[in-house]
Amino acid sequence: MSNITTTVPTIVAPWRPRGSGGSGRGIRAGEGRAGWLFVSPMVVVLGIFLLVPIIMAIWVSTLEWNGQGSPFAGGAKFVGLHNYQSLLVTDGLARKDFMLSLRNTFYYVMFVVPLQTALALFLAVVVNQRYLKGRSFFRTAFYFPSVTSSVAITIVFLFLFQNSGAINKLLSFVGIKGPQWFADPRGLFQVAADKLGLVDIANPPVGLTGHGVLGLTWWDWISGPSVALMAVVFLVVWTTAGTFMLMFLAALQDIPVEVEEAALLDGVGPWQKFRYVTLPQLRPVLFLVLTLGLIGTWQVFDQVYLLGGGNPAKTTLTPAYLSYRTGFNDFNYGNGAAIAFMLFIIITALTLLQRYVLRDKDAIVEKRGRRAQLRGAGA
Amino acid sequence: MKSSSGRRLAAVAATASLALLTAACGGGGFDNGGSSSSAPTTEKGPVALKMLIASSGDAETNAVKAATAAWAKKSGNTVDVQVAQDIKQQLGQAFAGGTPPDIFYTDAARFPDYAKAGALYAYGDQVTKPDDFYPALKSTFTYDNKFYCAPKDFSTIALQINNKAWKAAGLTDGDIPTTWDQLHAVAKKLTTGKQTGLAIGDTRDRIDAFMVQAGGGLTSKDGATITATAPENVQALEFVKSMLADGSAKFPKELDAGWAGEAFGKGVAAMAMEGNWIKGSQKNDYPDVNYQVAELPAGPKGKGTLLFTQCWGIAAKSTHQAASVDLVNSLTAVDQQLAAATAYGVMPSRKSAKAQYEQKFPEDKAFVAGGEYGIGPVNKPGFDSVLADLDTGLQGLKTGDPKAILASFQKNAEAALK
Repeated sequence: MSNITTTVPTIVAPWRPRGSGGSGRGIRAGEGRAGWLFVSPMVVVLGIFLLVPIIMAIWVSTLEWNGQGSPFAGGAKFVGLHNYQSLLVTDGLARKDFMLSLRNTFYYVMFVVPLQTALALFLAVVVNQRYLKGRSFFRTAFYFPSVTSSVAITIVFLFLFQNSGAINKLLSFVGIKGPQWFADPRGLFQVAADKLGLVDIANPPVGLTGHGVLGLTWWDWISGPSVALMAVVFLVVWTTAGTFMLMFLAALQDIPVEVEEAALLDGVGPWQKFRYVTLPQLRPVLFLVLTLGLIGTWQVFDQVYLLGGGNPAKTTLTPAYLSYRTGFNDFNYGNGAAIAFMLFIIITALTLLQRYVLRDKDAIVEKRGRRAQLRGAGA
Repeated sequence: MKSSSGRRLAAVAATASLALLTAACGGGGFDNGGSSSSAPTTEKGPVALKMLIASSGDAETNAVKAATAAWAKKSGNTVDVQVAQDIKQQLGQAFAGGTPPDIFYTDAARFPDYAKAGALYAYGDQVTKPDDFYPALKSTFTYDNKFYCAPKDFSTIALQINNKAWKAAGLTDGDIPTTWDQLHAVAKKLTTGKQTGLAIGDTRDRIDAFMVQAGGGLTSKDGATITATAPENVQALEFVKSMLADGSAKFPKELDAGWAGEAFGKGVAAMAMEGNWIKGSQKNDYPDVNYQVAELPAGPKGKGTLLFTQCWGIAAKSTHQAASVDLVNSLTAVDQQLAAATAYGVMPSRKSAKAQYEQKFPEDKAFVAGGEYGIGPVNKPGFDSVLADLDTGLQGLKTGDPKAILASFQKNAEAALK
């Protein structure tokens, strides 16, 4: 989640004056230009360090470049969309690995984002209680994992989740024989189905293993996150919940006390108050938390790197790591850049979808009403 | 609403592109690619060489520094020895950036990729007495019929036996396994309580040894075709699977160990299949374990083991190639190789150093013997991810289908060869 710090400055993007470039409008004439002048240092920095490299990377993703010579001086062969083709169309290892990484990350995001959001919200509500003793202690304690190096945390978790580590010892006290966490490539859904007696995990149904799509069998697609990946899920939820708790906490403290008091006067219970009064007012922050969570989880890299790059059995392989490995290990920079752009497209698409789902429905109805009114007046 | 949506999109775009940023920055020095011509680049006067090594510890770093300092003093040049954290990554970035170190450790498994990319200077014709190197090592560093770089040293896989556990199971020196069946039998005998008979790494770098013993191999002898699906390979994997299935052999992760040597040192495995690097770790971490080393048991088609090696790579873009070659010739001389062997326990890559080495380290006989019949790694460019995929299959060998694992490798390898 190291990217959070880098995201924040862009979220509070420089104020853009309305009507920039408008000239000859009296007293406000120079405002647009002045505005641009003030933001120009940031624009230049972002341009050089973000925009130009992105454009260069787009170019690299259309090349067959092995890292020797310049990709901008004819040192590499132009192959058009071939790199994307090998990821999406051509039956081979590149596509299989890419699809595996997408599958893993999909399940990972599916578990991490709701869990961390719910946990962060819960913690924020708890430490927001006015009558809680030692509030500042809990706030610090919950936030602490977020400011600790993720490398250090991952290594500690490696020890905790060893076969004979602390987690399995704890489980054994309540009579559960813990799995071999970081060495267990079995999918969670497969294990569950096996426990319920639906399938035999050692002998999966031929109907599922015999057929598939995009280089993976159905049995692989529906496997769920591997046990090893679940350990990473726990790790990440624990580390990032603190950061998001802080955001929720700030929003909770912005809610005017009068509104809650008014609700209490109207006779709502505590759950109703939370559901119908507090939660709707948290919507913008909820969007922020979900978006940041989504971006951060799709880009997971450091934990994977430390766990040995996709082990066990590639079930912790992620697109971000795959992109790095394809580039710097296999000297296939074009393919690596293509993976990075596929990841970019996925994240953008999901964020837009999320924005659509979380839109303020009341405001839309209102806007529509107003538009209808206007149309009515015009007719 | 509109402007804020644009801004958010920009934020998303900005964050998503962070990953790309690193990749794009790699292309720093935009000059044209070098080619591996045979005439070395020379400069007049003393030169400053940059060397990048992947060190196993202080002993190795100091030994390399001492050896290069001796050469520097004699030749009037200077050598700056840098220790890499992750040499694979650092070299990849250095090649892409256009400013690689002059001379560096080149792993056999990475060699074909570097050679194909044109990153290496082929100086094999300028090496002193090239035929003194073990033939398997020389062919490992040959690409497109060109001998590229001088092998630094080598390692082989052998069988380590914990003497205490051996005796406790009622076994004697006469029981040291020389065939697969014997190996399986003693492993079964040694599997008691918390102790497993054999710890074996879950990668091709260990399991392939059985394929070699069965007379198979992932590629044909000349390396031209992929022969993974050959029945000999299936037979080898079936044998390993049978040992895994009855619990007489286990992968290190099942034994809570990072590698077989750790399981062996901790005493949770009575035998291990590791290379001569195990000597150092046993001495440092588990000095109390009393063990002996035997050659790997022979398979249906005789003895077989795997060779691991590194060479002294010289960058195609280096401006001091002549000096670098001179340094390599000094480092690969018999006396320097024996000094390195004494300092950090590697085996000399020159046949003429064998006798002296064996005299000095009689307990390493089993490792040295492997130099004669060992097989080097698959050296084909673009195979890193293909071989990694094979490892993934081998990790699931206990319940997996050997034929399917090999067939999948065959398919991917053939695609990578094209």
